[in-house]
Amino acid sequence: MSGVRLLVGTRKGAFVLTSDGKRKNWEVAGPHFAGWEIYHLKGSPADPNRIYASQTSGWFGQVIQRSDDGGKTWDAPGGGVTTGPGGMPTGESNKFVYDDSPETGKPLTTHQFYDGTQKPWVFKRVWHLEPSLDDPDAVYAGVEDAALFRSTDGGKSWKELPGLRGHGTGPNWQPGAGGMCLHTVLIDPKNPRRLFTAISAAGAFRSDDGGASWKPITKGLNSPFLPDPTAEVGHCVHRIAAHPSRPDTLYMQKHWDVLRSDDAGDNWKEVSGNLPTDFGFVIDVNANEPETVYVVPIKSDSEHFPLDGKLRVYRSRAGGNEWEALTNGLPQRDCYVNILRDAMSVDSLDRCGVYFGTTGGQVYASADDGDTWAPIVRDLPPVLSVEAQTLR
Amino acid sequence: MIRVELPPHLRTLAKVRGEVQLDVPPPVTPRSVLDALEARYPALRGTIRDHVTRERRAFIRFFACSQDLSHDSPDTPLPAPVAQGTEPFIVLGAIAGG
Repeated sequence: MSGVRLLVGTRKGAFVLTSDGKRKNWEVAGPHFAGWEIYHLKGSPADPNRIYASQTSGWFGQVIQRSDDGGKTWDAPGGGVTTGPGGMPTGESNKFVYDDSPETGKPLTTHQFYDGTQKPWVFKRVWHLEPSLDDPDAVYAGVEDAALFRSTDGGKSWKELPGLRGHGTGPNWQPGAGGMCLHTVLIDPKNPRRLFTAISAAGAFRSDDGGASWKPITKGLNSPFLPDPTAEVGHCVHRIAAHPSRPDTLYMQKHWDVLRSDDAGDNWKEVSGNLPTDFGFVIDVNANEPETVYVVPIKSDSEHFPLDGKLRVYRSRAGGNEWEALTNGLPQRDCYVNILRDAMSVDSLDRCGVYFGTTGGQVYASADDGDTWAPIVRDLPPVLSVEAQTLR
Repeated sequence: MIRVELPPHLRTLAKVRGEVQLDVPPPVTPRSVLDALEARYPALRGTIRDHVTRERRAFIRFFACSQDLSHDSPDTPLPAPVAQGTEPFIVLGAIAGG
């Protein structure tokens, strides 16, 4: 019996939503970690019951939580009670320390700030967790200030992959309005040594050697808010998505513009086409149709809500350029929520389930490729992230 | 035994109820109390003090015996009632935010 589990991160806790394959009736469990900001949760493709969660707080900092039973119970890995005199603590699961070692860390200590001055890198939180495709104990963490970390022991300890910050352009990176966050990590399923990351507001990067070295992949991006609109770095990339069967085809929702690359990011072309506005945060690809793409257009960078108060998902079945509005079941008046960059996901059932959460606390679901929608829940705290797990 | 009072979120994280009691050899200071606390509850490492600098996080306060000790040196001896276990060392989340 197939089913779907949605992992929902919110401003005030995590929720786990489950349904059978029909995806009509949902059970809502939570809040887990009540009162904490849960930026992201994601399950291991190799073991769906292994789920990692980023729990953060302006007061208490970063905590990494892990569940080994599908989200029913949680623990901070390596953070258990030590007993007996002299029992040394082993908990390093919350420790994210930038690599400044002379052996592997480049002498990179500052990045550009809003005012043009250089500021030191300071760890703030984990925005995104991306588990390995084949090892439940391996997981990447995209963090603010922007860097990529990896754990190979189930989240007990973390080590930076310093080649990303140190590849040369780091001093020119600067924060987007939400902070200088590494929010997207994609693993090429055909070549796990190929990784993609995206950073606001530095751009997009690719590694072909397991994260040791990186290069910007921004050719074709045009950002008029930059002094040089086609600069190598500085683009505010909001999200990148790919279909597992075509890892060289990437879709990007940039600050403004929806783009596509068919050569693993070496070249991009705009595919905004007939979208009513091409500002937005989320983008995702139908699990069964690699050329079917979803975005949620947002009015503008100064008005973060749907155009005309109508919540519309746009779907392209041509890989971009030609878009159709999906409105059935979505509010078409007086709707002024936002959909944040990690808050859309798809399942891999037939037909594809599409899900997104809003800053108004709704989680909407479609079990038919986006043709019709219904809210699963309406009144959660503001939703930061949604991840769908297909359970078979 | 030294008594430590934690804010609710950190009690949840440490999986404890009520006050924590710690055996801390003298001198009893904020540093020695927090070292003992983190050794016993590693999940709290990084939540009260920075992992690397060991500095108090900005929105954490330390109170004891009706005094705000947050800005004292971490090596300043705590008041005698705390060292004697008659008063708790209070770790507090500042009132801020929504």
